[in-house]
Amino acid sequence: MEKNINLTLKIWRQAGPKVKGEFETYKLDNVSTDNSFLEMLDILNEKLVKERKEPIAFDHDCREGICGMCSLFINGHPHGLDGETTTCQLHIRRFHNGQTITIEPWRSAAFPVIKDLMVDRGAFDKIIQAGGYVSVNTGGVPDGNAIPISKVFADEAMDAASCIGCGACAATCKNGSAMLFVAAKVSQLALLPQGKVEAAHRAKAMVAKMDELGFGNCTNTGACEAECPKAISISHIARLNREFLSAKFKD
Amino acid sequence: MWLLDSSIGRKLIMSITGVFLVIFLLFHSIMNIVVIISPEGYNAICAFLGANWYALVGTSMLAAGFVFHILYALYLTFQNMRARGQQKYSVTKNQKSVDWASQNMLVLGIIVLGFLGLHMFNFWYKMQFAEISGIHTGQFDPANGAAYVEDLFSNWAYCVLYIVWLSALWFHITHGVWSALHTLGLNNRTWLPRVKMFANIISSIVILMFMSIPVYYLFGCAT
Repeated sequence: MEKNINLTLKIWRQAGPKVKGEFETYKLDNVSTDNSFLEMLDILNEKLVKERKEPIAFDHDCREGICGMCSLFINGHPHGLDGETTTCQLHIRRFHNGQTITIEPWRSAAFPVIKDLMVDRGAFDKIIQAGGYVSVNTGGVPDGNAIPISKVFADEAMDAASCIGCGACAATCKNGSAMLFVAAKVSQLALLPQGKVEAAHRAKAMVAKMDELGFGNCTNTGACEAECPKAISISHIARLNREFLSAKFKD
Repeated sequence: MWLLDSSIGRKLIMSITGVFLVIFLLFHSIMNIVVIISPEGYNAICAFLGANWYALVGTSMLAAGFVFHILYALYLTFQNMRARGQQKYSVTKNQKSVDWASQNMLVLGIIVLGFLGLHMFNFWYKMQFAEISGIHTGQFDPANGAAYVEDLFSNWAYCVLYIVWLSALWFHITHGVWSALHTLGLNNRTWLPRVKMFANIISSIVILMFMSIPVYYLFGCAT
């Protein structure tokens, strides 16, 4: 049932990458519980613009949980307290009247803040560029039954491929590790015949890039899996370890 | 060298040394529990594992395992703190599925290491070290392990300290065992819960065997 609630928002404001940031508190009254979280921020920004103040910069794009652009660390959880959803799928009905909501950007040495709640997640793109693709000639589109792939592997690869690269795993990890992301991107290809050809090179190149960009070392806490909006399993991390170690021992 | 300059390589060293240390703990606990069943039998083991060359080789390999495990832990933790960044989150919440031990491995490791120093002073220094060096460091014969055990645990404070120490060790290895196997790549969706269960069983067996000794003396079952 729709109702209106009043919220206190503690939001991280930072004018630029090199500037020191701080929290600022905003009061926002009469927010409909039917609003999405990002709509609430839009309302706040319109209010700020009317008051001739600088609106809050935050990342967003598709607003339907598939692009991986939205981020935000809300009350101690990346993408808010709901499991298996992105920030754009979070609604104000999950909050109560008078609640204080703390909104922070992803904090990780490899994700520097650009402005306010917006961070540079280019590090993930660089990891993909290092080897997260298939570059062998796979020919034209083959007949659907020409390459048999077991249902188990197909499902596992599809689960890994559901990673949207939002960065919640690295943002929530106490070690700032990007292993879940890299594991998903390695697994989605390593499980399929076309990806197997370059599997060894891919695992080595992507892990090397991940280390170079300053991500931490995984200690298998499983926080990434718990906060992942796509619920990607840490069993993919074991597969990445396996791929990487067998590639290195073969050398 | 990829073992040193890649994150998975460094973790491989952590996991191999960790598995090695857990296997050592398993042997150590099996030998220790003999002291409850038969103090004479325990002394026979002590005499057998005295200052022989194979015991010395084993001890130095073990020490090397500890040193690598600890140095790499410190190095990895330092890197991880740097990766986390300067600015900390003001609000953080723990996830239900995340084990407390997994977030506190360094702290638990430091507790274990601190007590290890005490333990080495209480037993190793008076037993194997005394035998190697020929210096008489304790009040009993170096091979009379049972006498040292009984003497130390006649003090209830030591019994309690050892129980606290072993509890910290239990938390450390419940996460350590499955995490090491995970790092070695021996895991998938089906095996993940099984490996975790295996880790709990192994660490509980080891720690219960160790713990039964101070508990046995604490409640005066020996007299």
